[in-house]
Amino acid sequence: MRLGSAATIAAGAAVLAACAALQPSPRDAALALMQRDFHAEGIAGMDRLKEDDVQAACNEYGNNPPAELDAKLRAKQYAGVKWPADGKLMGDWKSGEKIAQRGRGMTWRDKPHQTSRGEPNGGGCYNCHQIGPDTTSFGTIGPSLYQFGKLRGYGTEIQRYAYSKIYNAKAYSVCSQMPRFGHAQALTEAQIKDLTALLMDPASPVNSR
Amino acid sequence: MNKSLVLGLAAACAAALLPPAFAQTEDPVAADFDKFRAVLEQDNPAELWEVKGEQLWKTPRGPKRASLEQCDLGLGPGVVKGAYAQMPRYFADVDRVMDAEARIVHCMITLQGFTYEELAKKPFSSATKTPDPVSITTYVAAQSAGMKLAPPQSHPKEKAAYDVGKQIFFYRAGAYDFSCASCHGVDGQRIRTQPLPNFTSPAQAIKANQGWPGYRMTGGVMHTLQWRLNDCFRQQRFPEPDYASEMLSALLTYLTVNAQGQEYKGPGIKR
Amino acid sequence: MPDPMKIRATLQGDVADVRVLMAHPMETGQRKQGGKVVPLHFIQTITAQLNGRTVFSADISQAISRNPVFAFKVKGAKAGDKITVTWKDNEGESRTDEATVRGGS
Repeated sequence: MRLGSAATIAAGAAVLAACAALQPSPRDAALALMQRDFHAEGIAGMDRLKEDDVQAACNEYGNNPPAELDAKLRAKQYAGVKWPADGKLMGDWKSGEKIAQRGRGMTWRDKPHQTSRGEPNGGGCYNCHQIGPDTTSFGTIGPSLYQFGKLRGYGTEIQRYAYSKIYNAKAYSVCSQMPRFGHAQALTEAQIKDLTALLMDPASPVNSR
Repeated sequence: MNKSLVLGLAAACAAALLPPAFAQTEDPVAADFDKFRAVLEQDNPAELWEVKGEQLWKTPRGPKRASLEQCDLGLGPGVVKGAYAQMPRYFADVDRVMDAEARIVHCMITLQGFTYEELAKKPFSSATKTPDPVSITTYVAAQSAGMKLAPPQSHPKEKAAYDVGKQIFFYRAGAYDFSCASCHGVDGQRIRTQPLPNFTSPAQAIKANQGWPGYRMTGGVMHTLQWRLNDCFRQQRFPEPDYASEMLSALLTYLTVNAQGQEYKGPGIKR
Repeated sequence: MPDPMKIRATLQGDVADVRVLMAHPMETGQRKQGGKVVPLHFIQTITAQLNGRTVFSADISQAISRNPVFAFKVKGAKAGDKITVTWKDNEGESRTDEATVRGGS
């Protein structure tokens, strides 16, 4: 090949540019690799790899989407909260404590709506939060929930906040690391009521001790 | 409110107020576990698998009745010393980046005649059985003890693997919207009482490699990074990664390159 | 053939500090796997010899943990001496390994 011809060099540059354009971006390459190198197992299907609108926005914007998109997504998440038909938001705090302590469920070893051991799914709340006064083996990924009701008041508005936050944390902070327990159908309505009571019942050790 | 809770809260408050660089070491809960681990590291049962792995490396086995002594781990056929510290790396014969265990599996297939299907069927240790790749990986890793991690980033596919691995690390998905970064992308947090090193930080990224392969006290089993990544994705409520896949090699590239230049002390011991 | 032991024998003055890592499931007979009780399977005796002369003998129980570490000191040892360790378990299996005493501090 004779070098030096401007036309040849221009043609070469165009080919190189075209090649560069054909190279997938790291994100596209990663998506393709994940699609190929993951497989469905048990209840964990390949659909779990597909980003929904919240995940897509948080991934695209490094967990910091622009204000308008943030507000739109939060509103949509809040609108999806299913409120209890009987209007009661609080269940039994003793059951709530058990749900908070247990962390199993929703993995590929678990069953639909049940852990691998045949128990109800847990919330795994102590993985990330300090909650009651008797458990020192708590995680620090989320803020302390100790004295939750005592510090904020026991009114219905706070109850609604607690219930909906557990149901769908993204309704309040769209890129929060907290799972959307109701939205993902990880926890049932009764379980979320019990957790709300754990945080909001004045008799719960969270508030009373 | 009891005294230990007050202490725990005080420690947590102190940790929160300290600048990020110190937050990791100030956790008194973690300090106790570190002490326990240091005592046990003196006679680590992992050494039993180093011995077993060496036997498996040198013994002619499989349908081809060959040893692994011609296996090229990146430094030439049969060169084991220092190889683990320089992985993942690109291998021309397969035109892809491979981590150590993926490469060992590849050698078991090509040199000894085993199949991927049989090696991938039950690739992780149980109380009664340790799969051969796990023992061999433990042996190979031990031959890099005391060396600085130096995964190469010269080949374009090695660089691409780093970038792809980084994408995977930050990719939020699954039923709980978790990414690897949800737990391992921030300084100073812990899950229950287990400290979560920040793998994006060069100083802490060593903890993604140090201690693996590791003898896990829980169950008395030997585990490698292939197991650790598998179990991470399980807890992330993702689908299951393919054993020894290119995707896991990319993720391991990201994690190991972040820790480059730091000393790998060899197989460790875990809770 | 049971998996090999790892033996380290380091001299400190005239005392050999011997540390033995034994590969053994040490099943207590209490553990269940897949709904069935895993049968009792544990090391019953450990003996150690210095240059062929028995210096240590122990009867142990299933209370000892899986893959146990066993450490003991032998007085009157020299660098180059041979330490031999043998274990026997309740299923009649046995393993013998040896190591050389290395000069330490």
